[in-house]
Amino acid sequence: MSVLVYTESEEGKFKKIALEAVSYAKGIADAMGTSVTAVAINGGNASELATYGAAKILEVSNDSLTNFNAEAYADVVAQAAKKEDAKVVILTASANSKFMAPLVAVNLEAGYVPNVTGLPVSTSPFKVKHSVFTNKAFSFTEITTDIKLVGLAKNAYGLKEASAAGASENFAPNLDAHDFDMKIVSVDKATDKVTIADAEIVVSGGRGLKGPENWGMIEELAGILGAATACSKPVSDMGWRPHSEHVGQTGKPVAATLYIAIGISGAIQHLAGINSSKVKVVINNDPEAPFFKAADYGIVGDAFEVIPQLNEKLKEFKAQNA
Amino acid sequence: MKILVCISHVPDTTSKINFTDGDTKFDTNGVQFVINPNDEFGLTRAMWFKEKQGATVHVINVGGPETEPTLRKALAIGADEAIRVNTPATDGFSVAKQLANVAKEGAYDLIIGGRESIDYNGGMVPGMLAKLIGANFVNTCISLEVNGNEATAIREIDGGKETLKTSLPLVVGGQKGLVEESDLRIPNMRGIMQARSKPLTVKEPADATSETVAVSFEKPAPKGAVKLVDNVDDLINLLHNEAKVI
Ligand SMILES: Cc1cc2nc3c(=O)[nH]c(=O)nc-3n(C[C@H](O)[C@H](O)[C@H](O)COP(=O)(O)OP(=O)(O)OC[C@H]3O[C@@H](n4cnc5c(N)ncnc54)[C@H](O)[C@@H]3O)c2cc1C
Ligand SMILES: Nc1ncnc2c1ncn2[C@@H]1O[C@H](COP(=O)(O)O)[C@@H](O)[C@H]1O
Repeated sequence: MSVLVYTESEEGKFKKIALEAVSYAKGIADAMGTSVTAVAINGGNASELATYGAAKILEVSNDSLTNFNAEAYADVVAQAAKKEDAKVVILTASANSKFMAPLVAVNLEAGYVPNVTGLPVSTSPFKVKHSVFTNKAFSFTEITTDIKLVGLAKNAYGLKEASAAGASENFAPNLDAHDFDMKIVSVDKATDKVTIADAEIVVSGGRGLKGPENWGMIEELAGILGAATACSKPVSDMGWRPHSEHVGQTGKPVAATLYIAIGISGAIQHLAGINSSKVKVVINNDPEAPFFKAADYGIVGDAFEVIPQLNEKLKEFKAQNA
Repeated sequence: MKILVCISHVPDTTSKINFTDGDTKFDTNGVQFVINPNDEFGLTRAMWFKEKQGATVHVINVGGPETEPTLRKALAIGADEAIRVNTPATDGFSVAKQLANVAKEGAYDLIIGGRESIDYNGGMVPGMLAKLIGANFVNTCISLEVNGNEATAIREIDGGKETLKTSLPLVVGGQKGLVEESDLRIPNMRGIMQARSKPLTVKEPADATSETVAVSFEKPAPKGAVKLVDNVDDLINLLHNEAKVI
């Protein structure tokens, strides 16, 4: 028996969420008196996983799995779980993890709970806390199947170093034709931009910015902070910004360490999606804007004055603290 | 082409979320229910297939009689028939099982669900359904074309998008992008009148067990007051020294 964790990588490097997932798996394994096995598909340097508590690493190297493929990846994870007799399987909140999770669940007849915000409240019965109603509430949910599938929410646990053996082993899963029914035609990904999913800091603009031509200062702010850019729903509906930047209840969820909202009123649907960010800053010229009630820090002021000043001062700050 | 659109019946996005019975049940008092927004994008795309490619569109919900107004709304938007599987939706897996049962009988070519329901945010029903019936599956789908037995879908990935080619039968977890916000339809009088005479079939559930049980709920702790500052130096200072996020 062990806790199995799927570790995502990109261009031969494990992603930070993968390392966080290993830390989390180690937390669960300790609570259950067992150890962590990681499964990595064409992954990074396995010893890195040992640093966060992986006792064993199943390394899959297979050219047909170079690109993510939900069906095949789900089979790999399920077969690894069976081989290891894992009773708990950990996935993350990445788009790919969320894509394959329901397939893994059916494959393993495992009850699945996504958006889990911390270690299980109890392991017997196996009960977890997870966010529901798009962050407007939490649910305590019991998983009653023999194997439990847990989707860890973003930025919910953090990195915790824990030394473990990290014994690496080659793992060759059985894949069949159905695993490759889906063909990737093209991938369109801005590699030079920080994504909302990966970002520590997100800078977001609303209708208060008046038009797409005014986003230069937002992009600049994001550039200085190494942040991703986001927007409110009307901004993407009007085509000022791409849909992929729309955050909120019906857009992307944001769980950043810092969320900066500029010219956004703070409608309930917007707040729901960004609520699990740790620190929220609001810049709005209306002191009555509802967002101030949900924020940690705020400036009541005109974005067209405040943001250029903020950019200048932040550049100085960054130069001093580099 | 036969299309099935899965409709989740959820509290309107403006709803205040409260719980009753010692925080064990969602309080539906005063809550307005709507078609899950992700499903509304899917339904609207299905209308496009109906109008441009002659598809037949059925909608389905797994739930009690209280979800019928939501299904009637989908009929008013233009779906041809509605099906309700008469059992409370207890967890994602049991719902997927019920849907799979109907999907197999109906031999649908395309099944459109949402990326997630905005109530329990499971994000699992369409994927489980696809696996249970052996269909292909594309999640976070933002564009879908069907040509004969072939489908081209675009899915959103972290930081971009990916174009995929696959074949029917296909299940998608859809979201905004499948159609634009401005394509969404508000049912008109004629649609509402017609919806009254369209079939809404109630089916008894198949055997399906739940794999998860929501035991209790909790609301987030109330937030402390905002700290207002009047210049950017103070803001940078607080973010660096107090919040420690820059
Ligand atoms: C079903 C449904 C789902 C929805 N889902 C989402 C969602 O996922 N995400 C989302 O964002 N919204 C969502 N909405 C929309 C939401 O209700 C609001 O309409 C939207 O969030 C408002 O966007 P906004 O704050 O950019 O614009 P507004 O509400 O117009 O606010 C603009 C703000 O900018 C401020 N401002 C103006 N000029 C300046 C200036 N010079 N400097 C500084 N501040 C200025 C104003 O004081 C105001 O507070 C949804 C709505 C519905 C019905
Ligand atoms: N009770 C239900 N009846 C019909 N379809 C559902 C039901 N619950 C979920 N779905 C579908 O599955 C999608 C994802 O739901 P969920 O997995 O609950 O987040 C929804 O957008 C619907 O398309």
